[in-house]
Amino acid sequence: MGFLKTFVLGGIHPPENKLSAGKPIRSLSVPVQVVVPMGQNLGAPSKPVVKRGDKVKTGQLIAEAGGFISSNVHSPVSGTIFKIDNMMDASGFRRPAFIIKVEGDEWMDGIDNTETFVKDVTLSSEEIIAKVKNAGIVGMGGATFPTHVKLMVPPGRNAEYLIINGVECEPYLTADHQLMLEKGPEIVVGTKILMKALKVNRAVIGIENNKPDAIKLMRDLTAEEEGIVVQPLKVKYPQGGEKQLIKAVTNREVPSGKLPIEVGCVVQNVGTAFAVYEAVTKNKPLIERVVTVTGKALENPSNLRVRIGTPVRALVDEAGGFPDDTGKIIGGGPMMGKALATLDVPVVKGTSGILLQREEAAHRPVEGPCIRCSKCTQVCPMGLEPFLLSRLARVGNYEAAEGEGVMDCIECGSCQYTCPAKIPLLDYLRLGKNKVGVLIRARTKR
Amino acid sequence: MLTISGSPHLHGDNSTKKIMYGVVTAMLPAMVVAIWYFGLGALEIIVLSVGFSLFFEWLIQKYLIKGPLTITDGSAMVTGILLAFNVPSNLPWWMIIIGALVAIGIGKMSFGGLGKNIFNPALVSRVFLLVSFPVAMTSWPKPSPITKTLVDTITGPTPLGFVKEGLGAGKTLAELSQHLPGYGQQLMGQMGGSLGEVSALALIIGGIYMLWKKIITWEIPVSVLVTVFVFSGILWQIDPLHYTNPVFNLLTGGIMLGAIFMATDMVTSPMTRGGQLLFGFGIGLITMLIRVWGAYPEGVSFAILLMNSVVPLINKGFKPKRFGTVKMAA
Ligand code: SF4
Ligand code: SF4
Repeated sequence: MGFLKTFVLGGIHPPENKLSAGKPIRSLSVPVQVVVPMGQNLGAPSKPVVKRGDKVKTGQLIAEAGGFISSNVHSPVSGTIFKIDNMMDASGFRRPAFIIKVEGDEWMDGIDNTETFVKDVTLSSEEIIAKVKNAGIVGMGGATFPTHVKLMVPPGRNAEYLIINGVECEPYLTADHQLMLEKGPEIVVGTKILMKALKVNRAVIGIENNKPDAIKLMRDLTAEEEGIVVQPLKVKYPQGGEKQLIKAVTNREVPSGKLPIEVGCVVQNVGTAFAVYEAVTKNKPLIERVVTVTGKALENPSNLRVRIGTPVRALVDEAGGFPDDTGKIIGGGPMMGKALATLDVPVVKGTSGILLQREEAAHRPVEGPCIRCSKCTQVCPMGLEPFLLSRLARVGNYEAAEGEGVMDCIECGSCQYTCPAKIPLLDYLRLGKNKVGVLIRARTKR
Repeated sequence: MLTISGSPHLHGDNSTKKIMYGVVTAMLPAMVVAIWYFGLGALEIIVLSVGFSLFFEWLIQKYLIKGPLTITDGSAMVTGILLAFNVPSNLPWWMIIIGALVAIGIGKMSFGGLGKNIFNPALVSRVFLLVSFPVAMTSWPKPSPITKTLVDTITGPTPLGFVKEGLGAGKTLAELSQHLPGYGQQLMGQMGGSLGEVSALALIIGGIYMLWKKIITWEIPVSVLVTVFVFSGILWQIDPLHYTNPVFNLLTGGIMLGAIFMATDMVTSPMTRGGQLLFGFGIGLITMLIRVWGAYPEGVSFAILLMNSVVPLINKGFKPKRFGTVKMAA
């Protein structure tokens, strides 16, 4: 089938290990207690609108956006607010959270909690954006950027393309793949809603070639749809990165330090498109999501639909229970996910997967000296020199690291994955990004 | 116990060790040829060179640096083999031990060990030996298959040395070439030279292996060889009576060994493809300048060492293309 599209610079191909591929999505029953972090988005934390002891219904607003880049949070269950406290969540952060004791499952009025398929949407762009905002939707691929903000094209910019990210390039994860297979029509409607919100007439659904069934299905579903095309992509990590995906699909390069809208593109994950569908056609806020629970020692790797706030332990139990020789629990995929300290953290809006690694795989290999092989540079999708940046960060020369482009690093981990000397390059890159971030903020304040 | 560490949580299966032993594997064909043509003398040199390279690295790490011992990472073995490849097979045994000490002690450890050296350690040592023991380092045993003779080997010049001397003495190439090995012999390695440099074929096989295993990229070897070919080709076109032809220039001397195994040393070569092309071009050019107009018949070692010294500069000038940066309109 000739050359498949992909991004140009760097990239790697780690073993895919999609253990849960093709496993139908199962709904996990509502737990007895949920922990719902207040801020589940990139940006400002949300502000609580309920207090301890309050009764809440499923889908009820419990915290509202605390700034422009922020999002609403809804109760994923019905019950009583038991406590508001700082808790660690599955993204690895400690933040204020609602602890809710579950009583029954009584939904807010006006939410359509059925599976009935709604095809037609007559709302205007502004109405759609308002609904998306109300529903508290954030990027569900893991970045958790508030979706409504992405839909508001800044003055002077023009959106041309909506790109739906069905790449799922992280090894092990299959939630998006399975969602496409089971909720294809809904995702297509979600895509059309997003196109309307953005006032664009072209949308591209990007799917890596290791999911031929999803490519075929989405192609069939969009055959009659004006302006929507499905673009198969060569399998290469990190193709799901926004900038890489835009490059792969449109051959446009988002300039360093700029947002995708600079080149007329807006990227939304397939999970987000589905959430948008539910929010707009059914008034359903983002209170549940599909999570891949996987790992080589796990009995039954699964794709589960779970309420936000469900403890990770419940997901692992559903997938066959916690294996004895587990050495690491990862929230997200193995390349960009975060290691978790316990199973007692809740699923949040950005939790795409839970991966259990065996003891033997959990440890980092022993680090040796850099042999200047330049492999890190060859695989960096941003064209950076990780060996140099990490050295600069290590010695504290952050000004130089900034000049060498450390802020462009998307933390994909390709360099560290590839490094034959097993240097924890990304640790140093993150340090460098943090420190340079401080420098930049200090500069702009003055 | 649960491990908490930053992403990524996956690591590829490549390692420094794999790379180093991959290079060792790639050198096997040339080693076999060396032993075939130069007999047990070659084997002795290789064993001594490798053994003492490992020994000195261990000694220095254990008693001088008192740091971690890394002799199993394969890098000292690579240096040892490369050093052996760069000397005549009849070199006195104690000289190769001195060579190993210079390579590891001065060429590598004095800079801080693996990855920190600017110059290729084996070449540092080769040049040291050449300057210190010019006679021993330039008396080349005549190759004869191991099955034929076990008597003392006869020494003679390398083809490059023979031509240079002959031309200097006013002979013409036509006269000289009657005494030179044919292309087939050159390819197989049946000619005088350092023990690992003679067989272009064996070296190319090793090079292809390293390309296949992604240990090296094509840029450096190809740019070195193309430069030598083009440069000598131009001179040969101008005056075929006084300049040797480009094929002869590629097949004789240390250019294959240098281009494939010495210049490609990751530690001492540039990081980007553009830089590597310039580096290879520089090596080819300097080699030819020395061969044609220099005092020595061969100049690959000097060329590589000279270019090693400008690698930091090349790295500054040749950066990878960053994503999302617009190219300056030229
Ligand atoms: S983590 Fe950063 S430096 Fe490393 S490959 Fe990815 S973008 Fe490049
Ligand atoms: S991949 Fe590792 S060893 Fe190679 S240059 Fe980069 S940091 Fe150094």
